[in-house]
Amino acid sequence: MTERRPVLAVIGAGPAGLAAALAAASRGVRVVLVDSAPSVGGQFYRQPVPGPGARRSQMLAHQRRTWDRLRAGLDVHLTAGRVTHLSDRHVWCVERESGRFVVHALLGPAQEESAAVRADAVLLATGGYEKVLPFPGWTLPGVVTAGGAQALSKGGLSLPGRVAVVAGSGPLLLPVATGLAAAGTRVVALIETAAPAAFARQARTWATTPVKLAEGAVHAARLLRRRTSVMSRHMVVEAHGEDRVESVTVTAVGADGRPAPGSERRIVCDLLAVGHGLLPHTDLAEGLGCRLDGASVRVDDEQRTDVPGVWAAGEATGIGGADLSLAEGHIAGRSAAARLTGTAPDPRGWARAARTRTRLRTFFAALESAYGEPPARWPEQVTDDTVVCRCEEVTAGAVREAVAELGAGDLRTVKLLTRAGMGWCQGRVCEPGVAGVAGCALAPARRLLARPVPLGVLAAPADPTPPQ
Amino acid sequence: MDPVKPARTHPGTPFTVTFDGREIQALPGQSIAAALWSSGVTAWRTTRGAGRLRGAFCGIGVCFDCLVTVDGRPNQRACLVPAVPGADVRTQSGTGHDD
Repeated sequence: MTERRPVLAVIGAGPAGLAAALAAASRGVRVVLVDSAPSVGGQFYRQPVPGPGARRSQMLAHQRRTWDRLRAGLDVHLTAGRVTHLSDRHVWCVERESGRFVVHALLGPAQEESAAVRADAVLLATGGYEKVLPFPGWTLPGVVTAGGAQALSKGGLSLPGRVAVVAGSGPLLLPVATGLAAAGTRVVALIETAAPAAFARQARTWATTPVKLAEGAVHAARLLRRRTSVMSRHMVVEAHGEDRVESVTVTAVGADGRPAPGSERRIVCDLLAVGHGLLPHTDLAEGLGCRLDGASVRVDDEQRTDVPGVWAAGEATGIGGADLSLAEGHIAGRSAAARLTGTAPDPRGWARAARTRTRLRTFFAALESAYGEPPARWPEQVTDDTVVCRCEEVTAGAVREAVAELGAGDLRTVKLLTRAGMGWCQGRVCEPGVAGVAGCALAPARRLLARPVPLGVLAAPADPTPPQ
Repeated sequence: MDPVKPARTHPGTPFTVTFDGREIQALPGQSIAAALWSSGVTAWRTTRGAGRLRGAFCGIGVCFDCLVTVDGRPNQRACLVPAVPGADVRTQSGTGHDD
């Protein structure tokens, strides 16, 4: 009889989850890799659907090599039975149960049934999602998030002949613009709220990451070849159209954070991809009682959260891109494997990943401060009739009334009074916008369940099945 | 070697799905949202309150704006559900249980 291998549930099969799964499976741990997509890779390594004649945005060469290595490593572990990949599982809750864990997940896109997996430890690699601040017209069809445009274009969207504007703030806009252009869309403008001076101030940090710089330069070169007009310190103040977006109004951002008078211009487009940075997915961690640092899950040098048996890696612990996620996932997987097999973790074994982690965390902190906060006055552009909560169709006027006339002083009270944040998305999409319009702090939402769950699932007894 | 040269892609065999009874073409691996959008359809839901048109927004299953009725089942996220041959995709009105 063989000794039972300890089971580590890795939630999320993007860069962090894959690196963690490989590191742990190589070191005596049985890994159950639970992911919501049909195949591994997450958003970053999402495999493009081959389209007719489309030139698609592809990974850079070093990213392709890394992906091939991860994929090959995973295949070896899958064949050997050291890793089980559970695809199409949308995890809605992780329960602690007498020192072990039960991972509850809804099955398939339909999400009407739930299944449970037991594990000795959990590694959260849940990634992030995009922040979009509201503006008049942002609910029109044809307005999508920047990451959404990228995901759709990798997911087989072909838009030849379409005219796109990419707008907002942050390092994602450039690859999105180039990706759309590569998929056959005419990207007429890239509108970035941040100012170029801020980037120059960070020159020393940028210089320490030549790969990142090269990536940026390559993206820019591709874009310029396609004659996209790049406007910094500008913002989209309104999207126009009846049944879909037909044009946008763009203004320069003045020194006071308001649109500079007389700078308005109208740009005709039928696709607006907009984003204002990324936010970490922390619901499962919060449900487990893990401490957060601001918006991110707090971890120690081994990527352990403050809850015993729970590790976290990748963008759930702070936005920092795929290479940082890989390093964190590797460290988390090794630490979890050591602790689960009763050996002392040896940080010397992951010294290289730790150095990468330090370098990239520094880089992304600098990047974040270079892009900075959105202009302080942005909520002034959100007219009273603008829907800020897309699910529940709550307008900015209703939010303002809750604050000014009903005395709401925090996001939770605004939600109870207006239903803003009570819909399907559980407030993920509207919280930053509602907080801005209400003038409240953006506090962690503390969602009881990480996904909307059918009542029948909640009422049914859990039936945790150990992996085969 | 040019590190950014796009890899060649080989399209699978196209098939048809229907949107509100009309045939549209889809490719293996495409989500319903991608198939609809590629056919020029950008909206496939009207909201419960104001009856406004909505389509894809976040593209990764977070926002639930792209809800659609597939094979009689309402509230499916078009960005997550893969298009399969013969799928009957319909515009969803309100909660999807209205009619």
